[in-house]
Amino acid sequence: MLKIEKLVKTYKTGDKALKAVDMEVPRGQVVSLIGPSGAGKSTLIRCINRLVEPTSGKVWLGDVEISGLNAGALRRERRRMGMIFQEYALIERLTVMENVLSGRLGYVGFWRSFLRRYPQSDVNEAFRLLDRVGLLEMADKRADELSGGQRQRVGICRALIQNPALLLVDEPTASLDPKTSRQIMRLITELCAERKLAAIVNIHDVALAQMFVQRVIGLRFGAIEFDGLPTALTPEVLTAIYGEEDWQATIRKDGESGELSV
Amino acid sequence: MRKPDTLSDRIDRPWRKPPLIKSLWLRWALAIGAAAYLAAAVFSIEVNWLRVYEGLDRGAEFITSFARLDFVSRAGDIWSGMLESIIMTVTASVVGIAISIPIGLGAASNIAPLPIYLICRGVIAVSRALQEIIVAILLVAIFGFGPLAGFLTLSFATIGFLSKLLAEDIESMDKAQAEAIRATGSKWLQWINYGVQPQVIPRLVGLGMYRIDINFRESAVLGLVGAGGIGATLNTAFDRYEFDTAAAILVVIIGIVMALEYLSGVIRARVQ
Repeated sequence: MLKIEKLVKTYKTGDKALKAVDMEVPRGQVVSLIGPSGAGKSTLIRCINRLVEPTSGKVWLGDVEISGLNAGALRRERRRMGMIFQEYALIERLTVMENVLSGRLGYVGFWRSFLRRYPQSDVNEAFRLLDRVGLLEMADKRADELSGGQRQRVGICRALIQNPALLLVDEPTASLDPKTSRQIMRLITELCAERKLAAIVNIHDVALAQMFVQRVIGLRFGAIEFDGLPTALTPEVLTAIYGEEDWQATIRKDGESGELSV
Repeated sequence: MRKPDTLSDRIDRPWRKPPLIKSLWLRWALAIGAAAYLAAAVFSIEVNWLRVYEGLDRGAEFITSFARLDFVSRAGDIWSGMLESIIMTVTASVVGIAISIPIGLGAASNIAPLPIYLICRGVIAVSRALQEIIVAILLVAIFGFGPLAGFLTLSFATIGFLSKLLAEDIESMDKAQAEAIRATGSKWLQWINYGVQPQVIPRLVGLGMYRIDINFRESAVLGLVGAGGIGATLNTAFDRYEFDTAAAILVVIIGIVMALEYLSGVIRARVQ
């Protein structure tokens, strides 16, 4: 469904963030992307929806080549790629509902969005999603009144209302406590399963990744170092990705009940 | 001097914050230079003490005239001048702010393409380089005496002030919020409306109120060069040595400025 071919990104400063990355993600698969800071994880997902312009290489979403689109066509394709951000990136001074509905901006005209007169079907869907993540009664609150976990759930609604085929998720749990982190990861993976969405999830927490995803890709210095099942993450593999360290405490052991009852 | 780097070099020695200017001689040269300049500046002011002494009477007369404010004998002139100033202020602020918003967007380096950025920064630089009085003298020469010249002057000055500060606020906005809106596939105007505008609105409202305040005060000065408004009335009162009327006009100006100050405080507290 998503195909990346020889993707290269060299920043103006000369930093080689990505060195010819190849990967493929089938429909409905949730992949987590791990690797040290600066390995190119954020750059990789931003090159997919071209918030960062790749230097060379190709990206296909279905049978559309994203990397060759002009500005208008790129905007239309971005609707099919929902994005969830580190630290939520909600518009702080807008209401929860406005934040969710902003996911429809690619579908509605300027005046409709300017006057906040969204089609009833969009409004219904926004309420359904807010209800699904348990925030229905927060709809008219301002986004900056919410807690971290609540904000990220609004961010998830904003991405899902785009009706995407792919979710790009950048460090969704970076500033959340361990329990909320698990709730958010569970919500994302559940929603992906319900809607048959593919997702790429950048994440620092290796154990958390192992707990929730079907496939892990390890990135180091802009190149893929590991691609396999979460159970295949051995101390040797982690050393190859991150460098030498004692990994016993980081890896989730088999038989351990990883899920907190929440 | 050897740089102490091991713990035994540093322990039991006093610690001081490193000086702002590292080089010792540069530090002293700057201090002595500044003192010498200050002394030279003070001694080079020529003061005609005899003239000051003669002027004290008039100064005292002016100050005591605040005790006998005369709103009545020129009430018609004060009223019409004040009305003209207020109209000038409101129209110039509305027009100036309306023009400042697109120029401010264009002058923000993080959202505008380079050619547009340079043009908008150029407009701002021209507007800021020309002081209000100079612009007013020029516009009075073109459009004749009266409030039209004042209105145009204030609109022009508002553009330089507001666009620059708005652009700087946009440049320091949170990138992630704007990026999130871009990722939804929004069009440019939608991106500005959702991703940028909510972040800069409180500052824009605050600056707009402040500019209305400035425009009113300026309108009192612009009258002195013939650009209409309460300044013209004030000028006439001084020319006729009607200090009690002049004092009354100043009191009205002070009152309005204070009212605007209070109003802007209330509005800014509400828009957060």
